[in-house]
Amino acid sequence: MQTNLTDTAAESIRQPEEEIKTHITKWGRLEGLPIILVFCGLIGVFMIAAPKTFLNYHIYMSFLSTVPPPLILGLGLTLIIASGEIDLSFPSIIALSGFVFSFLFKNYQWTWAAFAIALLAGVMVGLVNGLIITKIGMPSIIATLSTGFLWTGLTVVFSGGLSYNIAPLENEFIYEFFVHRLGGIFPVQSLWALAIAVVLWFILNKHAFGEHILFLGDNRQVARMVGVNTDWVVIAVFVLMGVLSAFAGLLLTIEHTTFWATQGSGFLLIVMAAVFIGGTSIFGGQGTIIGTFFGSFIVGSIEAGIVATGVQGFYTRVVVGLVLLIAISFHIFMEKPNKRALLADLLKFKKIQ
Amino acid sequence: MADHSPSVPLLSMQNIHKSFGEVDVLQAIDFNVTDNEIIALVGDNGAGKSTLIKIITGVHPPTSGDIFFKGQKITKHSVSRSRSLGIETVYQERALADQQTLWRNVFAGRELTRKFGFLKVKEQRAETQNLIRKHMGFTSKAINTESMVLSLSGGEKQGVAIGRALYFEADLIILDEPTMGLSLSETKKVLDFVQNIKDQGKSAIFISHNIYYVYPVADRFVILDRGRIAGEFCKKDISQDELVEKMVRLARTGSLN
Ligand SMILES: Nc1ncnc2c1ncn2[C@@H]1O[C@H](COP(=O)(O)OP(=O)(O)OP(=O)(O)O)[C@@H](O)[C@H]1O
Ligand SMILES: [Mg+2]
Repeated sequence: MQTNLTDTAAESIRQPEEEIKTHITKWGRLEGLPIILVFCGLIGVFMIAAPKTFLNYHIYMSFLSTVPPPLILGLGLTLIIASGEIDLSFPSIIALSGFVFSFLFKNYQWTWAAFAIALLAGVMVGLVNGLIITKIGMPSIIATLSTGFLWTGLTVVFSGGLSYNIAPLENEFIYEFFVHRLGGIFPVQSLWALAIAVVLWFILNKHAFGEHILFLGDNRQVARMVGVNTDWVVIAVFVLMGVLSAFAGLLLTIEHTTFWATQGSGFLLIVMAAVFIGGTSIFGGQGTIIGTFFGSFIVGSIEAGIVATGVQGFYTRVVVGLVLLIAISFHIFMEKPNKRALLADLLKFKKIQ
Repeated sequence: MADHSPSVPLLSMQNIHKSFGEVDVLQAIDFNVTDNEIIALVGDNGAGKSTLIKIITGVHPPTSGDIFFKGQKITKHSVSRSRSLGIETVYQERALADQQTLWRNVFAGRELTRKFGFLKVKEQRAETQNLIRKHMGFTSKAINTESMVLSLSGGEKQGVAIGRALYFEADLIILDEPTMGLSLSETKKVLDFVQNIKDQGKSAIFISHNIYYVYPVADRFVILDRGRIAGEFCKKDISQDELVEKMVRLARTGSLN
């Protein structure tokens, strides 16, 4: 629709610089690259500051057992945020699913059935969230705040606020299946988390459902006009979050062979921090699974790193806050093409001809 | 084309009412489109033109009234249903998602998929590339299948929206203000395109505020005024100047005559 002449003429003059710019653009667009660099940098710093801990594989094996639950939550939340919604109720599902499982195991010695019913509890919470949001038209932040209170409260009521010790679970196959240590050291739950990450990456980036999530988060009106069944997508994405949260809660309960009524508390903020550090936009319409993956490991390694370097543990939150600010500034910077060009100038790539 | 009896209209809307809450936006609308007919739908801002077409395309359900397409009553109306019946639309708002790439925007809502709903990304990219170069006629190297919509100019966005509607061959093509914000040469392309629809034996509904654009290509003019049909004229019964005169009078006095 344009005259080609002037364009090509201008292009041939500008070319070398343009080429370098597109190179940088390409690198900048490689999913999750900035955050992978931040992760490597952070581990590098810890290796220098606390070589005893961070040059030993034990610390990494410990990450691989502690990070999977928040990582799985973060992966689900990435899809929720990409769809332009938010979920504050997932900590309640962690407690609820853990309760359902340990109650059924303790009283009836059910294992797989208890596991399935606990996942169903997650489905139910997600379904209720989705229905309230789409059919009543309540904003998700309010709907999930309310249901979060509700399920947390009910879990405390049902469990009498007690914790359950389910140590006999260690003799069951389900224990081996989910939290076994391969070769005596490698936590198998990390493979489960990795598998979920891979599947969700394909769903978000290569599946029609993922595309509908992105369109929904980008512009709800447009999504409807192009024929996306917006209500259905919202419900489905909340149900998915419900199942994933229940699974995360189960990993936690099975790993510790203990259920405690407040086991979900403390996850909300660190999971959100991991998602945003990873580069998923709060505004919806885009989300990065790879970003959340490394974001979760960044958040998960900060505490251990800080303790190991001899700084007092309560500095953890200070550092998470700083990393959050720096990472998000960086993401904003990388998103703007003109700023990316500015970065190129700063790095003096332009001089190479 | 005529996979329905030629005596029934392609599209028929009967006694359509639409209200948003308390506001009655459309009242007692009877509206037909016959085979190979170009309808110009005209009327003041807020008359209800866009709402009428969104009812046709299934974005909004009518509050009451019936819609028939090719003689078949449409129940359970939805965007995907209207598309599968052969209705394509260029919305006034363009219906493009800003942060998504062109290859996603072209196929959104009717993705080319393989088993289990996974996208045929390669095919979508290739088809989009084709569409960009051939149908949309973009030559600027800045526009490619990976371009995000927000990086396009207003005219380019319209090019994408129109190109997309063209790609999926339809029997009824609806264009809501397709020339808005376009240069003269781009406008001419759109008008040629509408003429092309006519030549191919298909039908169109063309909404525009500019009578001088719609008059040459339209067969019939439907004037919408505050949610009601104020009048209908076939081209042979009314000259361009008379039509303009009537529109001006309607805006000033509230009546056509
Ligand atoms: N989703 C909606 N909710 C509430 N009111 C609406 C909605 N869509 C349209 N309206 C109202 O319906 C009336 C008709 O709007 P519509 O967009 O159909 O007008 P139009 O004829 O297309 O006008 P224009 O020429 O400015 O595009 C307006 O008063 C508008 O405010
Ligand atoms: Mg309009």
